[in-house]
Amino acid sequence: MDFFTTLILVLDSTVRLSVPLLLAALAGLYSERSGVFDIGLEGKMLAGAFAAGAAAAVTGSAWAGLGAAVLVSVFLALVHGFASITHRGNQIVSGVAINFIAAGATIILGQAWFRQGGRTPSLPGDARFGALHLPFADTLRDVPFLGPIYAELISGHSLLVYLAFLFVPFTWWVLFRTRFGLRLRAVGENPAAVDTAGISVSWLRYRAVMCTGLLTGLAGTYLSLAQNAGFVKDMTAGRGFIALAALIFAKWRPVPVMFACLLFGFLDAFAIRIQGTPLPLIGQVPVQLMQALPYILTVVLLAGFIGKAIPPRAGGVPYVKER
Amino acid sequence: MSAPYAKLPAWADYGLIPLINLAVAFLVAGLVVMLVGENPIRAAAILVEGALGRGQNIAYTLYYATSFIFTGLAVAVAFHCSLFNIGGEGQAYVGGLGVALVCLAFDSVLPWWLVFPLAIAGAALFGAAWAFIPAYFQAKRGSHIVITTIMFNFIAASLMVYLLVNVLKPAGSQAPQTRTFLEGGQLPKLNFVLEALGFSVRSAPFNLSFLLALLAAFLVWVLIWRTRLGYEIRMRGFSPKAARYAGVSETKIIIIAMLISGALAGMMALNPVMGDQNRLQMDFVTGAGFVGIAVALMGRSHPAGIVPAAILFGMLYQGGAELAFEMPNISRDMIVIIQGLVILFAGALENMFRPSVQALFASLSPQAAGVEARQGEGG
Repeated sequence: MDFFTTLILVLDSTVRLSVPLLLAALAGLYSERSGVFDIGLEGKMLAGAFAAGAAAAVTGSAWAGLGAAVLVSVFLALVHGFASITHRGNQIVSGVAINFIAAGATIILGQAWFRQGGRTPSLPGDARFGALHLPFADTLRDVPFLGPIYAELISGHSLLVYLAFLFVPFTWWVLFRTRFGLRLRAVGENPAAVDTAGISVSWLRYRAVMCTGLLTGLAGTYLSLAQNAGFVKDMTAGRGFIALAALIFAKWRPVPVMFACLLFGFLDAFAIRIQGTPLPLIGQVPVQLMQALPYILTVVLLAGFIGKAIPPRAGGVPYVKER
Repeated sequence: MSAPYAKLPAWADYGLIPLINLAVAFLVAGLVVMLVGENPIRAAAILVEGALGRGQNIAYTLYYATSFIFTGLAVAVAFHCSLFNIGGEGQAYVGGLGVALVCLAFDSVLPWWLVFPLAIAGAALFGAAWAFIPAYFQAKRGSHIVITTIMFNFIAASLMVYLLVNVLKPAGSQAPQTRTFLEGGQLPKLNFVLEALGFSVRSAPFNLSFLLALLAAFLVWVLIWRTRLGYEIRMRGFSPKAARYAGVSETKIIIIAMLISGALAGMMALNPVMGDQNRLQMDFVTGAGFVGIAVALMGRSHPAGIVPAAILFGMLYQGGAELAFEMPNISRDMIVIIQGLVILFAGALENMFRPSVQALFASLSPQAAGVEARQGEGG
């Protein structure tokens, strides 16, 4: 039973840790599937987290925080779109720029507005997305085996967690079952064909990057209003890049994205859990190795040793309409 | 746009347009300064004063610039091969390991001028080695170099923390860093040069690696524009297809360009590790690898542009530190914003103002524009 409780706890923190990855990776999915590479997920998520923390601190409402986060993230996504779609700039360069602007601006503005060393004020319960208790969670807790799973693992997360997991089938449905999704995938593979069919490549790609902005805003909100009680400087701490890794690991498909994020979240939770305790058979595993594992796995995958990750064909290439 | 485009004269192409982009970047940065309730003009004055006002400040500015020249050149060499090496940060970090190992091994037996060449080799070797794996995967297995080099930055960070905490830390010490190098592992300072010019420098980390950086800039120019290898790198960068038809081995050229790039990034470590801190400590790179991207973009990947761009960023780093003292609302992170804006306007949006500038040139001398435009079409 002891092992079982530990397992539940590790899985529970796996879910919590993988949610920001999942939202950010799904965000990247829309953009990259439409042919716009986005390594600025990290920056948009950070800016979103700051906007959510700041707005929630000022208004006292978590929903206002969410709205502000989405607005700011979508704005940054549009900047990325403006550079890479309208002006056909280098998409990687633009993403790098957005990461820097977000990293600097969140600290400068946070310090100027709140004077707490780049943090936003600590938020009370109302201004956060608290845990939702699913019906009967407490009454069913004592049911053997299934009770703890339901009460600990499934119930008791914030609204954004359930939203994030709902976005997985929703994204699948949008991409593979709607006209918009078909066109979005087409524009990432062969924009000239889409253009020939009389559909605007730019407008499609702009809509895709706006979806990206929306979801990175949610990811940021989760970090500052659900996982923590406010914004802390540099709080994304590379999660945007792990999300990018998960996206590639999942070969740009929604449901595998979820599993990749859960895997990376599990590695993180597991590393925290076993810190300092030797494992049977292997002995002490350095915590740094566990931290580097998502990146190592992604590199190995990219090199084609575990299947082949083939990006959307027109990814990273600005579309030039034939004159 | 219907206005005819003029082919721009070289001075406008390489001087005017980058300057406009830079000016816009600083203008937006000024708006941010206004947003936090400070006067941007006064901020700029304090920044320039803090970067160049006294000998001490100039020495610090050049110390920072040294690192940025190396990382800027690293990014530029890869750019010429149309590879985006975003892993300068990790390559410099691992390069520091090469420097530290050489210094730890020889600092008690050899004088600094014998340790220095060995440390250069160590830095270049380790930096290049860290760039080799992404390069090999790009060349042989087609994995995207941007993604792999990002991943390698994080892997480098984890690896170095592990090594510093578990292997390199002297017994009985708490801080995750190596022991301090003896005299053989310390580079002489160059402050006397500034003092000879009439400035007074109390103590600043400005050291010999600055000259090495200038030498590297010159050698990169020779390599890219005066050698066969450099020609092949540029050919592959301009048109991989043409390079393939010309019999250039793509695999070879990608790997060589990335090895040079990684070696340059690794050599950046000489400046802080051997020139200033005299030990290997955690996170000594402090973003210099990323500044290199902005420097390379601003300098248009040409050493003659990279050195001034690196000095400008050195000014921003040093002046920014002074600014943080004077204006409580502005911390050094302002530089990160400026860096981002420079990358955005000089890099991603570099062509935003081109049509308007071209139209302006066309309206100034319509005849020349018309002739050149027609020639352009004909060709």
